[in-house]
Amino acid sequence: MSTRMFGSGIKRREDPRLITGKAKYTDDIKLPGTLHMAVVRSPHAHANIKGIDTSAAEAMPGVVAVYTGEAMNLPIPTGALIPDCNLITPEHPSLAKEKVRYVGDGVAIVLAENRYQAQDAADVVKVDYEVLGAIINPEDATKDGAPQLFDDVPNNVAFRWLMGGAENQEASNKVFEAADVVVKERIVQQRLQPTTMEPRAALAQWNAATEEMTLWVTTQNPHIHRVLLSGIIGVPEHKLRIIAPEVGGGFGAKIDLYPDEALACWASLQTGRPVKWTETRSENYVAMTHGRDHVEYVELAATKDGKVTGIRSTVYAGMGAYLTTFGAGIPTILHALIYCGVYAFENAFADVIGAFTSATPVEAYRGAGRPEATFLVERLMDKMANALDMDPTELRRKNLIPKFEDGYAAPTGVTYDSGDYEPALDKVLEMAGYSDFRKEQEEARKNGKYLGIGVTTYTEICGLGPSEVNGAIGFQAGGWESSIIRMSPTGKAQVLIGVSPHGQGGATSFAQIFSDGTGIPMDDIEVVHGDTNTTPMGWGTYGSRNAAVGGAALAGAITKFKDKAKVMAAHMLEAAVEDIEYEDGQLYVKGSPDNAKAIQEIVLMSHLGWDMPAGAEPSFEVSNFYNPPNFVYPFGAHIAIVEIDAETGTVELKRYLAVDDCGHQINPMIVAGQIHGGLAQGIGQALCEGSIYDDNGQLLTGSMMDYAVPRADMFPNFELDHTVTPSPHQPLGIKGVGETGTIASTPTVYNAVMDALKPLSVESVDMPLTPYRVWEAIQNASNGGSA
Amino acid sequence: MKVSMTVNGKGVERDVEPRMLLVHFLREELDMTGTKIGCDTSQCGACTVHLDGKALKSCTMLAVQADGADITTIEGLANGDLHVMQESFWENHGLQCGYCTPGMIMSTTALVQDNPNMSEGEIRHQLEGNLCRCTGYHNIVKAVQQASEKMGGGD
Ligand code: FES
Ligand code: FES
Repeated sequence: MSTRMFGSGIKRREDPRLITGKAKYTDDIKLPGTLHMAVVRSPHAHANIKGIDTSAAEAMPGVVAVYTGEAMNLPIPTGALIPDCNLITPEHPSLAKEKVRYVGDGVAIVLAENRYQAQDAADVVKVDYEVLGAIINPEDATKDGAPQLFDDVPNNVAFRWLMGGAENQEASNKVFEAADVVVKERIVQQRLQPTTMEPRAALAQWNAATEEMTLWVTTQNPHIHRVLLSGIIGVPEHKLRIIAPEVGGGFGAKIDLYPDEALACWASLQTGRPVKWTETRSENYVAMTHGRDHVEYVELAATKDGKVTGIRSTVYAGMGAYLTTFGAGIPTILHALIYCGVYAFENAFADVIGAFTSATPVEAYRGAGRPEATFLVERLMDKMANALDMDPTELRRKNLIPKFEDGYAAPTGVTYDSGDYEPALDKVLEMAGYSDFRKEQEEARKNGKYLGIGVTTYTEICGLGPSEVNGAIGFQAGGWESSIIRMSPTGKAQVLIGVSPHGQGGATSFAQIFSDGTGIPMDDIEVVHGDTNTTPMGWGTYGSRNAAVGGAALAGAITKFKDKAKVMAAHMLEAAVEDIEYEDGQLYVKGSPDNAKAIQEIVLMSHLGWDMPAGAEPSFEVSNFYNPPNFVYPFGAHIAIVEIDAETGTVELKRYLAVDDCGHQINPMIVAGQIHGGLAQGIGQALCEGSIYDDNGQLLTGSMMDYAVPRADMFPNFELDHTVTPSPHQPLGIKGVGETGTIASTPTVYNAVMDALKPLSVESVDMPLTPYRVWEAIQNASNGGSA
Repeated sequence: MKVSMTVNGKGVERDVEPRMLLVHFLREELDMTGTKIGCDTSQCGACTVHLDGKALKSCTMLAVQADGADITTIEGLANGDLHVMQESFWENHGLQCGYCTPGMIMSTTALVQDNPNMSEGEIRHQLEGNLCRCTGYHNIVKAVQQASEKMGGGD
């Protein structure tokens, strides 16, 4: 091939059906005879259920059945059983029986002929509640006297995890005692509502004749759904088919097997009819998992000449009312293991307390633990630079881990794969014109204009992950991925993958990898994903593992594919296998490219099987299951430039620059798109997003009128560039890129705002940095903090 | 109640509940599921269609209010191949999960028809009625700029 497919920013092949409205998402799929399910949800954050009267609902037109929790036993499991932290895992029933624990907790379901009727009937189910106290703040939840959500969870403490145990805590204390300078901060990582534009939906179809259940569902990981669901509803895995059709965004919130999905399947089993459930946005905001929700006390230690020596934290992590699939793993493993960022710190320590609160359960949300970690590291680096009166970029530069190509053992116990941080920093500083900006800023300040710049250097841990590590950290799943290449007699390829892309463009990028590796034209390749009946077992798409782990599985399958083709070619060309070259879909004996066999001919002859080499299998299919030896560690440097209107507190994001390194890029256009989207979500956290609950545990940001999803006019044109540092262990040199934008951008923008506010002596404002909060902070500071 | 209208050039007639939303009418009654639903408070724009040539959020109107109207949905936007805006979204990677996309395309085609020479800032401002969670809007803005040039703006 003249142009390589790998590395080319070609248009996506999934787009034609999406831009014409032909694509089918779960709610678009229609089956005859479908019943619609509505879930009756608790309007109280915490209450005992004294009784439920379904009679009025049952009498409503079109209603077929109403069920409460008494009719079933469908507990939702948690998947992150983190060891050595006294984790308590209370039961999470699909419908609450004795007690509700958050606004949105399901208490009954209604099945009716159409969705209007189901909703009408749900509205008249009468539930007698005895209202109990609500508790939303995770730190307050652990205090004596706080309302208790579970009888057997004292002080609502789900777990307490010390990174590295008491021994590491001791080591951390020593580092801090020896420090010349220590800076501290209290950080509130506010709750966020993931807001996939497609709300959740499920369509379950029980086929009594074949005893098979099919579930179309909004999921990021159909195979995980199958494992979990089969245990819950009692349909064995080989009779259970999970299909993720088009899925309209996930961001972590479509990892979990939700109660509503189990209920739809159970209801189809009861009624023998297909059952569809589609939530409204208001329902989605209370009942789809939320993200973040930490209260953190963090500290950084350094010598007086700016060598940072240690970092430590006490984190109160809100779990919400129940433990989600990854719940306990997010503020622990996915968080603290990256506390050293790109810096050569001597020690890192975290004391993490997971607290149940009477709020929506917390799950992964884009970045999951790593945005929180990067935020606290980068916030503290800026505070330290201030304390030492150093330029924040110089403090960072001074502490960067020097370039390494194959492994850096961080004090947190993980080994970074590769890193070369300074060039990324240099590049972004140059793009921004950093030194000129500082002059401009000074001038502006004289004129009463508040300009600020934030600079972040980061790395993160993704591409989850080595299965042995999953075992050691209590993740109840493997971390490997899979790929099957199935060739038809006419030379067409089906590439079946275990990951389940839902917006990441996997149908395009995986075809590029395959076409590049085999010389089979793009038009002859179909990438198949998202159906447990057709794709090999795999763990799904989250944690930036799609290309990093799934792509590696495909790379291994391509090697097997080529080996198999070479054996057949050697036989056909009467040569030794070692002498066969495979180039651009042609196989020939070294030195004789003119006498070549096309891969399509080899595939056809293999299918016919008329004349196979001794010991070779007929047909042409290979499979590969790939367990990654390590995680991948993308990195980069970001800059935000803001201007603040001190009169109104409005923050204007004037420029945003990002230099990211995700190793080799399969499709640079898709990579850039991933970064853009990630940036918007991270900036959203810094500037406008955040769940607000009142004292009674009511979600005040329960609709799109109240929850501030970022809009187009909040952002400038993003300025992107990259460096390329391949991962040494990933066969294609790829690192993940799905979460980097979110991870780096929140602290970058936050630090830019604090930089702008420096002359006004504002040191800290809780996110999101809304005009009111910024204005208030300015007022407080100018009143000497007395207001 | 009886309601009749023209949808993508074809006359349709149905008997519906008076409270049925236009978006449900399209999706449930006509089985035209290209038009999406992303909220229940008229914020997201996923449900945008053209009603008598103007962009409209079809969740804000009852089917019966659209009686007699001429409606175009994403399925009927292009006559033949692809509309310039569709092509431009494709070309510029203006979509990822695709869920906001039908609404985005319907609202930006109407927008560009009315305002062919918008600046980047104006486009961003005009997009306020359409939310996208995947793209950070960057490539959507690019797509609209490019389509706007092709649709006769910029001269
Ligand atoms: S569904 Fe109509 S604006 Fe959101
Ligand atoms: S492309 Fe996913 S919401 Fe816009």
